[in-house]
Amino acid sequence: MNKLCNATALALIACAGIAHGETELRLWYHGAGSANAEEKLVNQLVVDFNASQSDYKVVLETFPQLAYNDAVGAAALAGELPDILDVDGPIMPNWAWAGYMQPLGIDEAALEGFLPGAIGRWNGKVYSVGLWDAAVAMTARRSVLEANDIRIPTLAEPWTRVEFDAALATLKATGDYDYPLDLGMAWKGEWYPYAFSPFLQSFGGDIVDRAAYQTAEETLNGDAAIAFGEWWQDLFAKGLVPGTSQDAADRETGFLEGKYALSWNGNWAAMPVVERFGDDALFLPAPDFGNGSVIGGASWQFGISASSAHPDGAREFIEFAIQPKYLAAFSDGTGLIPPTVEAAAETANYKAGGALEVFYGLSEAQAKLRPVTPGYIVQAKVFEKALADIANGADVADTLDAAVDEINEDIQSNQGYGHN
Amino acid sequence: MSSKLTRANRAGWLMAFPGVALMTVFIIVPFFLAFAFSLTNQRLASPYATEYVGLKNYTDLLGLAVFTLEPERDDRGAIRRDEAGEIEYPRLRKFTRNNPDYPHLQGKREWFSWQSGDRRTVVLASDVVFMRALVNTLTFVLVVAPVQAGLALGLALLINQKLRGINVFRTIYFMPVVVSIVVVSLLWQFIYSPGDGLLNNVLGWLSFGTFRGVDWLGNPDTALPSIMAMSIWQGVGFHMVIWLAGLQNISPTLYEAGEIEGASKWQTFRFITWPGLRNTAVLILIVITMQAFALFAQIDVMTNGGPLDSTQVLVFQAVERGYGKQDISGGSTISVILFVIVLTISLIQRFLTRER
Repeated sequence: MNKLCNATALALIACAGIAHGETELRLWYHGAGSANAEEKLVNQLVVDFNASQSDYKVVLETFPQLAYNDAVGAAALAGELPDILDVDGPIMPNWAWAGYMQPLGIDEAALEGFLPGAIGRWNGKVYSVGLWDAAVAMTARRSVLEANDIRIPTLAEPWTRVEFDAALATLKATGDYDYPLDLGMAWKGEWYPYAFSPFLQSFGGDIVDRAAYQTAEETLNGDAAIAFGEWWQDLFAKGLVPGTSQDAADRETGFLEGKYALSWNGNWAAMPVVERFGDDALFLPAPDFGNGSVIGGASWQFGISASSAHPDGAREFIEFAIQPKYLAAFSDGTGLIPPTVEAAAETANYKAGGALEVFYGLSEAQAKLRPVTPGYIVQAKVFEKALADIANGADVADTLDAAVDEINEDIQSNQGYGHN
Repeated sequence: MSSKLTRANRAGWLMAFPGVALMTVFIIVPFFLAFAFSLTNQRLASPYATEYVGLKNYTDLLGLAVFTLEPERDDRGAIRRDEAGEIEYPRLRKFTRNNPDYPHLQGKREWFSWQSGDRRTVVLASDVVFMRALVNTLTFVLVVAPVQAGLALGLALLINQKLRGINVFRTIYFMPVVVSIVVVSLLWQFIYSPGDGLLNNVLGWLSFGTFRGVDWLGNPDTALPSIMAMSIWQGVGFHMVIWLAGLQNISPTLYEAGEIEGASKWQTFRFITWPGLRNTAVLILIVITMQAFALFAQIDVMTNGGPLDSTQVLVFQAVERGYGKQDISGGSTISVILFVIVLTISLIQRFLTRER
């Protein structure tokens, strides 16, 4: 039955191809039903590309984000991958390693000046490029910090650990807030490694040893990691942040309603804060716990599937998409960070003096990619569970040991994940 | 060579075909695949060929060890105690991590421990999360099966009366069953919300403000009972209907006879209703047990197995490993173990409730 459908579909595609002299390219996108203008913008991009030349015709299929990765996995098993894939940055090495994707083959000069988080490399080759990046900042209010004599940190001089801990204690002592800080514990899944592994990195640890990506021993359970774990556990034990059972609604609106004094949140949530507090809103860099202040980098990117029969056409489409005008349009429509300075200058929020300009600086100065390895999918899950368990009072060293064992076993059972 | 079974029942086989075919494709074949995968290192996505690994997946899940910790002693041989007067023991990780003297403890973690005299005996497991999932699943079944069956019977007796508007009650009790379990889980997450959630508010109001808010899903002691309560609430209507069908199958003449004999309400239930429900009871017990073992959606939506593994269950772990962590062989192994457990329990139930 399925074969029959495919045959029919192929015949239709062939007919269409003959009729218009165009080669059909399939594009899969994760943003079906997205709240902002993302889906509309991708549609516009496809229409513009199809109108701009006559060799290729891109056909867009969108998926809900939660089902997208599963759909790609299933399509790969069935040999039905589209020509152009959209892929989340940290997942890309897994797909490249598993043979879902091929190197992009775009002239690297075209990617000059892109934020590092917008380019996906695996084993020395570029596999994907993003039309935007995202950044996380400590959302705060100037009036609150000034009223409590807390120094306003800058990119050059972020809060130190001592200052940050003292600021949390001061804010808690005011009694004005349910909690001084909201970390977003309600957002399960990728948020944990994306938002919290930078704290661990600033302490001097990491999820996995990036020298060869073959072990997490000493990196995730060494002294620096244990110091991080104890600090992390203290946040919850002292009642400075809401725990893993945080209400999702509080995460969305708690800061705006004044339940929390600080909120560790992404730039995609920044516009409501600016609308609510105007000039009083501050987006501050991550605290420096000893090894510089770090935030996570990389968002969704475009790449070419390994099975594409027309990689040239796919490449042409991606080159078309990374023109500054589209980068700027996506940023204006979604609030995300444009990946180049040129594009930033054309946007409403990220041009000099724009409301979110600060995020471009954060992304440029502090963004660190999540571990660039096919094993990241597993490592992210292990890390998430370890942080949730430590937050709920599990023994720090034992929990991190268990996480290391699980990560190492996974690397071994995947024969080292093909790093070279 | 065709036997009587195939020859005489051609129409019957034809009618059974769609069902049998679907069950073969979606239940029987996947089961044998799971069994085969559990003996390999099959991954969800990998450029490498699958290899046969024997029973490694099973030993990785089921490995256990017992270890006795001697107390720490100072130079004079006296037992060290911490500020609270508790005996100090060496950390387990000294023995379980890269210690060549204890190869059988490598990579194992503490599951539980107890104290006897000065010593502390620790039971270590290769996969503590799996062990906790196993215990939680069995606890869930042991609580949910009798409570849900009992409540359903109570409700069925209540609505098995000829009263005006009884259908309204039947509908209300049955309503949770037709709502998707995912939606129910999301709603109950709001009910259980910490601080000023619905349940905390109601309890606070009923106790004139003396009740202190409980973090229902965030506390390891209350998380699993909370999920049990909402699961029972959601499933009870379905089994109520089955009980009701059983009740309505009992001949009214038996009740009339009982009434003439002057039987009390309890005697009527004990000697007419309950024996009449025998087959229904067997069915309900087996169905609830199997459904309870399959607990997944509530965990996936509400707790993800946390806090501190207090709501880990087998099916959730199978999915988490198979798809989340791309370890199809690990997930398959859990499925096979779950199958063996459910099969064993069903056989025991059949044996205990057999016609004598």
